[in-house]
Amino acid sequence: MELTCLSKGDGFHYPPCHMLNLCGFRILIDCPLDLSAIKIFSPVPYDVGFEASEYPSSDVSLDAQDPVQKKQKLERQLTPADLVCAEPWYKTVKALHLWEASLIDVVLISNPMGLLGLPFLTQNPGFCAKIYMTEATAKIGQFMMEDLVSMHKEFRCFYGPGDSSYPGWIKDLDSEEVPALLKKVVFGESGDDLGSWMRLYSLDDIESCMKKVQVVKFAEEVCYNGTLIIKALSSGLDIGACNWLINGPNGSLSYLSNSILVSLHARNFDINGLKGTDVMVYSDFSCLQSAEVTENGCISPNTDNNYLSTISDNKDEDLAASLLNTEDSLEEMEKLAFVCSCAAESADAGGSTLITITRVGIVLQLLELMSDYIESSSLKVPIFVISSVAEELLAYTKTIPEWLCDQRQEELILGEPSFDHLKFNKDKKIHLFPAIHSPNLITSWQEPCIVFAPHCSLRLGPSVQLLQRWRGDPKSLLVLEDGISSGLALLPFRPVAMKVLQCSFLSGIRLQKLPTLLSVLQPKIVLVPDAVSQRIDLSGMKINSILSFSENETLHVPRIADNTSVEITTDLASKLSWRKLRQRENFGIARLKGGLLMEDGKHRLVTGLEQEESSGKARPLRYWGTVAQEPLLGALLKMGIKGSIEHSTSENGLENSIIHIANPSSGLIETSEMCTAIVAEDKNVASQILQGIDEVLDGI
Amino acid sequence: MDHVGALPYFTEVCGYNGPIYMSYPTKALSPLMLEDYRRVMVDRRGEEELFTTTHITNCMKKVIAIDLKQTIQVDEDLQIRAYYAGHVLGAVMVYAKVGDAAIVYTGDYNMTTDRHLGAAKIDRLQLDLLISESTYATTIRGSKYPREREFLQAVHKCVAGGGKALIPSFALGRAQELCMLLDDYWERMNIKVPIYFSSGLTIQANMYYKMLISWTSQNVKEKHNTHNPFDFKNVKDFDRSLIHAPGPCVLFATPGMLCAGFSLEVFKHWAPSPLNLVALPGYSVAGTVGHKLMAGKPTTVDLYNGTKVDVRCKIHQVAFSPHTDAKGIMDLTKFLSPKNVVLVHGEKPSMMILKDKITSELDIPCFVPANGETVSVASTTFVKANASDMFLKSCSNPNLKFSNSTQLRVTDQRTSDGVLVIEKSKKAKIVYQDEVSELLHEKNHVVSLAYCCPVKAKGESDNDVDLIKQLSAKILKTVSGAQIHESEDCLQVGSFKGSLCLKEKCMHRPEISSCSEAVFLCCNWSVADLELGWEIINVMKLNLDNTCKVKGDLL
Repeated sequence: MELTCLSKGDGFHYPPCHMLNLCGFRILIDCPLDLSAIKIFSPVPYDVGFEASEYPSSDVSLDAQDPVQKKQKLERQLTPADLVCAEPWYKTVKALHLWEASLIDVVLISNPMGLLGLPFLTQNPGFCAKIYMTEATAKIGQFMMEDLVSMHKEFRCFYGPGDSSYPGWIKDLDSEEVPALLKKVVFGESGDDLGSWMRLYSLDDIESCMKKVQVVKFAEEVCYNGTLIIKALSSGLDIGACNWLINGPNGSLSYLSNSILVSLHARNFDINGLKGTDVMVYSDFSCLQSAEVTENGCISPNTDNNYLSTISDNKDEDLAASLLNTEDSLEEMEKLAFVCSCAAESADAGGSTLITITRVGIVLQLLELMSDYIESSSLKVPIFVISSVAEELLAYTKTIPEWLCDQRQEELILGEPSFDHLKFNKDKKIHLFPAIHSPNLITSWQEPCIVFAPHCSLRLGPSVQLLQRWRGDPKSLLVLEDGISSGLALLPFRPVAMKVLQCSFLSGIRLQKLPTLLSVLQPKIVLVPDAVSQRIDLSGMKINSILSFSENETLHVPRIADNTSVEITTDLASKLSWRKLRQRENFGIARLKGGLLMEDGKHRLVTGLEQEESSGKARPLRYWGTVAQEPLLGALLKMGIKGSIEHSTSENGLENSIIHIANPSSGLIETSEMCTAIVAEDKNVASQILQGIDEVLDGI
Repeated sequence: MDHVGALPYFTEVCGYNGPIYMSYPTKALSPLMLEDYRRVMVDRRGEEELFTTTHITNCMKKVIAIDLKQTIQVDEDLQIRAYYAGHVLGAVMVYAKVGDAAIVYTGDYNMTTDRHLGAAKIDRLQLDLLISESTYATTIRGSKYPREREFLQAVHKCVAGGGKALIPSFALGRAQELCMLLDDYWERMNIKVPIYFSSGLTIQANMYYKMLISWTSQNVKEKHNTHNPFDFKNVKDFDRSLIHAPGPCVLFATPGMLCAGFSLEVFKHWAPSPLNLVALPGYSVAGTVGHKLMAGKPTTVDLYNGTKVDVRCKIHQVAFSPHTDAKGIMDLTKFLSPKNVVLVHGEKPSMMILKDKITSELDIPCFVPANGETVSVASTTFVKANASDMFLKSCSNPNLKFSNSTQLRVTDQRTSDGVLVIEKSKKAKIVYQDEVSELLHEKNHVVSLAYCCPVKAKGESDNDVDLIKQLSAKILKTVSGAQIHESEDCLQVGSFKGSLCLKEKCMHRPEISSCSEAVFLCCNWSVADLELGWEIINVMKLNLDNTCKVKGDLL
């Protein structure tokens, strides 16, 4: 098995991307887009009447006062003018372009964000891999891609149909005066990222991509090529997000993507399905985002008070229970509630709230909380969801009880809608519009209001226009997702007078939980990113080996099982002709028959078509042991062959003995410890001698 | 209902405490059905209750909901998986596997798509046993569209004439299917007559249908984003006072067989009018009013409490059913090709006919056990062995053998290079033939045949290279498909090696030779190529005879 990490990704919106070589099959896991890179582009300018000059800019004066910045002319502050005014291109995983698309056998997509770059890959005429993802991932991912294309259309309208072959803006960026930050985004740290920029796909590309997808349910077993049995297990990150379990003839492998152990909306992390695999690939890089690093840069597991006792004393179930405590989810709940209260505060003060979060799960939960909040308070603010796919997406979330967490399933079974806001939707308290210029929007528009609008990069979609409208209003509130470097994101909107709330939501397993998780899952070999193994000491774990991998390096993993299992059908086993061995009563050996197949990830020996050589007993082809001369002479004599023994020593000092045969025709048997040669002119005599040898020597 | 009815009794009264699995829709709808059933039993008919509402709630808490195709490891040995069965929302076929033995159990299923549900869908599995329902073991149904049209026309005629149409049905499945049909027809024909659902039950069930879209037919799934087909446009809630309201209407009322409850009450009031219609959509148990109506054309019907009702209304029997027909059962059996079939549920004579059909047409043993009877069938087991890498490697390369006895035969017996070794109380091992001795801690012993063969009379203009070439050409002629490697003074075919022997006296040379002055080829071959070796020796001997003859002639 081989693992190559193509990209370690960046947070929820840019999941990691890996290439796996398993049983000779190339498996690509996730195919994301680095959407944060489009921040180097300037948003489409809208004339909304709020000119920047109305609010005196403070940036300029600050610039002039800072002597350090004055000196570093190259490292000057970015200005909105530095942003690229062109139709944006999109940044894909660089290392993926180094792989021949036609040689990929399987693509596994673990969450909707991992799907966004897939049309680029499937566009390739040689692409013929089988693509697996969960039903919900496919649906939500498709919505997101369609939304992306529809948001991008505004750029296309603005800049007109440009030259599709080569983007002029790249040339302009390759000059001295361009700020280093922009250069780093465009060309990468090593300067070779240029090839990863792609022009956005079209709706047709999405459609043809999705046609190639085979959707699965959670815990459904699909068999690839008879060899690999692939299973998607819930990861809890979002609706439909999953980890992968791959069983093959050489053992089992689990792939852990960013996971949330206790989810507030999606199906919980499926812990039982991942237990006891031979190899576990831990690809949760989320700890790199969070500030969990202690002063010395390394978390010792002992800082977790219960850690020592948990490992040694507690049983498996208790460990699992300690993993699934609700601490984290309560914290998440508090964060959501805080966002709600902030929005309510601004509404009270007469300001509007713009929420640019695009994580489906978070949006659904916020919608639910906000509508509950508004329902229970005297506040009368409308909620708008503006997105080309808002209506379809929300309609879809009504029909997916199978993908939600237990608590929401219970509610459904009691006859309640799975998300509270669904009933408000009916009461027209939540307004859904496909775009900001939708005909009915203006009639129902009312400020202050709460608006959910994509995209979190603040370059695409209705959020751009709304931000331009409200940026100067100190009463209004902008809710941003963390990890989006807000400096660059907000640059074209400066100066921003509105309040900005940055919130980070859990998007993976907390590092402190990793040791406990590993002792529950008990993989034989675990592969962790070097960034993780540097931060946490896992040496105390009862795991055969812990290997660490790093970006763009291929890690070879030795096979665990020495012997591969083969299943033999009983009717074939009964047809085998068994031989007993001399002086070894415990043994039975038989030459095999039939055909060896690969079926359901297992080697199987089944009755084949042949069975031609029914001509008596097949003669042995391999012998072992030594020939005892006297019994051989005796056996030969029974067949009427007479011989005499002569001992000799050959040139190389080995003991040789020769049996001369005179009757019925001349011949000799030359034997030593390792070999016997029969010399005879007559074929019949030779085969008689062979028979004699069969009697004194074990063979098969 | 008939599949879940006793569950609270089983878990709460009998004390079953193992796991219970249900599909999502079944889990959502069962409590409704159970509660309704309990109410009908106790409140209306006054029978002794078998379980209480609390029993139902407690029982449902223990149920684990499963999704289609989700593979569940119940315990170490048992694995189960559900496949879509059509029939009613949430109906599944269950695949169960223990060790190497596997079965499929199907309750009711439907092999054709209907208005709102898809057809049963299952993978091609290797099964020891298929247990199938056989309610309609001998029925063969044609297309259902004419029957649907008949039903719609009957209802339309009734309401057009100002009559009221009563459709007694189960809350689940039939009501939704027929209602979809009517709602659609109403839209197309622009009919404004109200359609009513009698109890809150059906309305509630409807809500689940709207939510569980992934369990409905492809058609519904595609449409639901724009318009959810279970949002019926013309359907309204029924109020008791509307029974005597003037004007036409259509009413769906439970229960289906007119055995009790609201549908019977409405029937009492509506049956005497010749304008009205009763459409019976399903199977009715003997003894119920529904059965009596279907059996003949009665003018009066006895209700259970002794009152008689004049029946002057029209009766229409809806002749399409969500059960599979004989063709469906045969299709499923043929598709799955299990090793055995057991038929359950249905009338014995027709089941026997189907059994004969399965046995004769598909050549699969089929059983029709009576209640309480046990059937045993053999199950698949595999002998498990560990295989060495060398064996697997040798198996991954083709090992074609050609034999040319009467016609060219190509065989590939690569597995015969493998040896199965069983040692008492140890796991069986498969190794490549060369590895056997190592496994037994013995040393290999090579047994080979050797013969220093005279191939040509000695001449003056000897050219050894030519000789080898001549020989290999001759060998190729007689031994078909031989791969000959030749070099200056030796040739090799498989394990057969021959090299020119320049020794005066060779151990492997027979003492008496037919041609004293000859060129010898010292040959050696292993037992694996026993026959091949002798064939080549023959070729050489022939060559010798020829050259001797030529030489003799020359002399």
